[in-house]
Amino acid sequence: MSIEIRMPALSPTMEEGTLAKWLVKPGDAVSSGDLLAEIETDKATMEFEAIDDGVVAQILVSEGTEGVKVGTPICILAEEGEDANAAPPAAEPAKPAAPAAKAAAPKPDPVPAKAAPAPAGAVPAAAAPAGDNRVKASPLARRLAAAQGVDLATVKGSGPNGRVIKADLGSAQPSAGTPAAAPEQAAPPKAPAPVAAQDVGIPHEAVKLSNMRKVIARRLTESKQTVPHIYLTVDVRLDALLKLRGELNASLEARGVKLSVNDLLIKALAVSLMQVPECNVQFAGDTLLKFSRADISVAVSLPAGLITPIVVDASAKGVAAISTEMKDLAERAKAGKLAPEEYQGGTASLSNMGMMGIKQFEAVINPPQAMIMAIGAGEKRPFVIDDSLQIATVMSATGSFDHRAIDGADGARLMSAFRDLVEKPLGMLA
Amino acid sequence: MADQFDLIVLGSGPGGYVAAIRASQLGLKTAIVERENLGGICLNWGCIPTKALLRTSEIYHYMKQADKYGLSVEKPAFDLEKVIARSRGVAKQLNQGVTGLMKKNKVTVYFGDGKITGKGALSVAKDGKTTELAAKNIIIATGARARDLPFAKADGKRIWTYRTAMTPPEMPTNLLVIGSGAIGIEFASFYNDMGAKVTVVEMLDRILPVEDVEVSDFMLKALTKQGMDIRPSTGVQKITDTGKGISAEIKGADGKVATEEFSHVIVAVGIVPNTEDIGLEALGVKTERGHIVTDPTCKTNVEGIYAIGDVTGAPWLAHKASHEGIIAVEAIAGQHPHAMNKLNIPGCTYCHPQVASVGLTEAKAKEAGHSVKVGKFPFIGNGKAIALGEAEGFIKTVFDEKTGELLGAHMVGAEVTELIQGYTIGKTLETTEAELIETVFPHPTLSEMMHESVLSAYGRTIHF
Repeated sequence: MSIEIRMPALSPTMEEGTLAKWLVKPGDAVSSGDLLAEIETDKATMEFEAIDDGVVAQILVSEGTEGVKVGTPICILAEEGEDANAAPPAAEPAKPAAPAAKAAAPKPDPVPAKAAPAPAGAVPAAAAPAGDNRVKASPLARRLAAAQGVDLATVKGSGPNGRVIKADLGSAQPSAGTPAAAPEQAAPPKAPAPVAAQDVGIPHEAVKLSNMRKVIARRLTESKQTVPHIYLTVDVRLDALLKLRGELNASLEARGVKLSVNDLLIKALAVSLMQVPECNVQFAGDTLLKFSRADISVAVSLPAGLITPIVVDASAKGVAAISTEMKDLAERAKAGKLAPEEYQGGTASLSNMGMMGIKQFEAVINPPQAMIMAIGAGEKRPFVIDDSLQIATVMSATGSFDHRAIDGADGARLMSAFRDLVEKPLGMLA
Repeated sequence: MADQFDLIVLGSGPGGYVAAIRASQLGLKTAIVERENLGGICLNWGCIPTKALLRTSEIYHYMKQADKYGLSVEKPAFDLEKVIARSRGVAKQLNQGVTGLMKKNKVTVYFGDGKITGKGALSVAKDGKTTELAAKNIIIATGARARDLPFAKADGKRIWTYRTAMTPPEMPTNLLVIGSGAIGIEFASFYNDMGAKVTVVEMLDRILPVEDVEVSDFMLKALTKQGMDIRPSTGVQKITDTGKGISAEIKGADGKVATEEFSHVIVAVGIVPNTEDIGLEALGVKTERGHIVTDPTCKTNVEGIYAIGDVTGAPWLAHKASHEGIIAVEAIAGQHPHAMNKLNIPGCTYCHPQVASVGLTEAKAKEAGHSVKVGKFPFIGNGKAIALGEAEGFIKTVFDEKTGELLGAHMVGAEVTELIQGYTIGKTLETTEAELIETVFPHPTLSEMMHESVLSAYGRTIHF
């Protein structure tokens, strides 16, 4: 099954770009991470990496082409072992069933074949083989499907008697959608199989997904389907941190800096990751990457979704610097003006829903990272201090850990370090 | 109490009456409102009567060339009144045909000026009397009319629109045709074949500007060879009726202005949609540059109001209107019709030689980002064309290089208006070059050139 590579969105605002240079040619074998092409946006020239293994079958957009819209197919990757040149001939009848090799691959069930819902009264062509297995499709649709690596049996045809026509393929998301396109190894599936638009029978509006929404869908599905999460929750007293914040803000006022609780938590997470380096890691198939720097991705909510700008080397930065940097990143994130390197990467994430009154939650790990800290609301709670019931400002923090890379005990040590830093905040300033 | 219907169609041209018949087939109680003649411009004052005239000029052309076929004709001549009478007779026959179709399909016909007076309400005014109609849905199919020049109103004396040109009070001797679209070129061809001296001016840099540039170039040469004076990049600035003729100020391609004399002038500079006085403003029906804006099922921005045909914009063709009528009615009846694909609407010009095309021109295909394969086959390579004595013309095909999709076909030559449907079916069925190459075409026919043109695009031409 071939994989269609589409023009990537290399920045949140990118709508189109120039295909500056191809770094591969038809026949080249590429593996995940290899550079495919140089792509020029209005801001910069960036390298575009392969995320799949395969052989370049066909270049669809030639070098120097300007104004290539994001999402436009730019080349076709054939899977290894597949003849790169062997696009099935147009006349070949659609496969009645998945070939054995494909069937053996572990994969979620594809969208249930909704081939041509044979309407009552449809007269099967005399020569039609075995009735229902015949997929009705126009010659052009067959050819396009072959080129895109789409199984026609999974496409809902809008032509007469459910015939698949060109327009039906325009909306299919081949490389993103067909599970069969996923490599057999541990490589993550590309995206949830698109549930083809169906008559749901409920009044609704069908809104086309934005690129950001597609990325979110793909990454979160990848995370929940391939990363075994464990969740560890601690309650943390905030009183000392709030007091320190007040004191710091009073002295920082002259510099125009106002620390938020979140700024301090970024610092706390970074320092605790440095203290428990077993949690500052990344699972990478055969290897484990152990980072010697803590870069914290901070979830920033946008009207159209979410983005995670990164505070690089946050443990080494002063809280005032973190605060200033975070303010700038958040503003530019909301304006859609972050450069890719400002939101791609990071060694762990922080997601804070406290301001929305959420008591406690479990966040989805942001792959390929191995942990994310979910912060709940700081609230006054009855709290046992020195064996007596008192009132304290407490928040619940929950770490989600990639259990392939991080053992529960190490995760627990990180949570404990984090709690200690927040409860005795001078420790993180030292 | 208003007469109650499921659907009212305003206008009975090829869009409106077809919509009414389809509505009736689907069980809708349907009314149609017409201010003039059933069948609209198309069969009363457009497509059909001009074809009758052009048939006359074609036969006349052959009579003058009888010797070429081994025949002798003594002094070919014509009687203009009889020529016009035949054309009017054809129009009348078809008009009666539509009357019969309305009856057969139980469509109630109201004659008069229709005006939408509110949601689902329409009044028909005739001779001071008003009839009120009501329906859940209304289809606007009011068509279009000829555009006037800003400096000269067509008066039917010496300044003609298509209507006078179809029923000329006298035979022009020295005719100026302004505009080289299908209408201008067809009349130019008719009057040229009938013996008038014909000059055609076109503002744009080529005639038949919607066609492929190779077709325009070919037609420029062919019409010039027939004795016409064809002037692209030329504009008329002023027209004066001198009583004896027409004096026209013409700005040529070189930018120089000269005054020239003609006997008559035909104005064929486009059309204006008929959107006035039908109640659109009060309902807030959205228009853009005069044309009603519709969605893929021909629905306007106002619930229950649909619009089809010329009044909704290009291409201004009867068959486009008819097809939109079907789409609108099927949508109203709760079916899910496919949206009109404008790239699958063929266009025909019945000059001599004929022009027909469908889909993208080569230039437009490239503009749209396709890398193309182009095939071309000349009439001189076709046995039937030579036998007919019609060896001028060609068939050009444009394919997407990557997918083999047939993007467009462009033809000029004898009978090509009857051939284009082959490619249109191919496009609608989404055939690629493979199916067209495998198709067996009958011999000897002009259609073999359609095959050869496809073969040519893939370097496989047999007969050239």
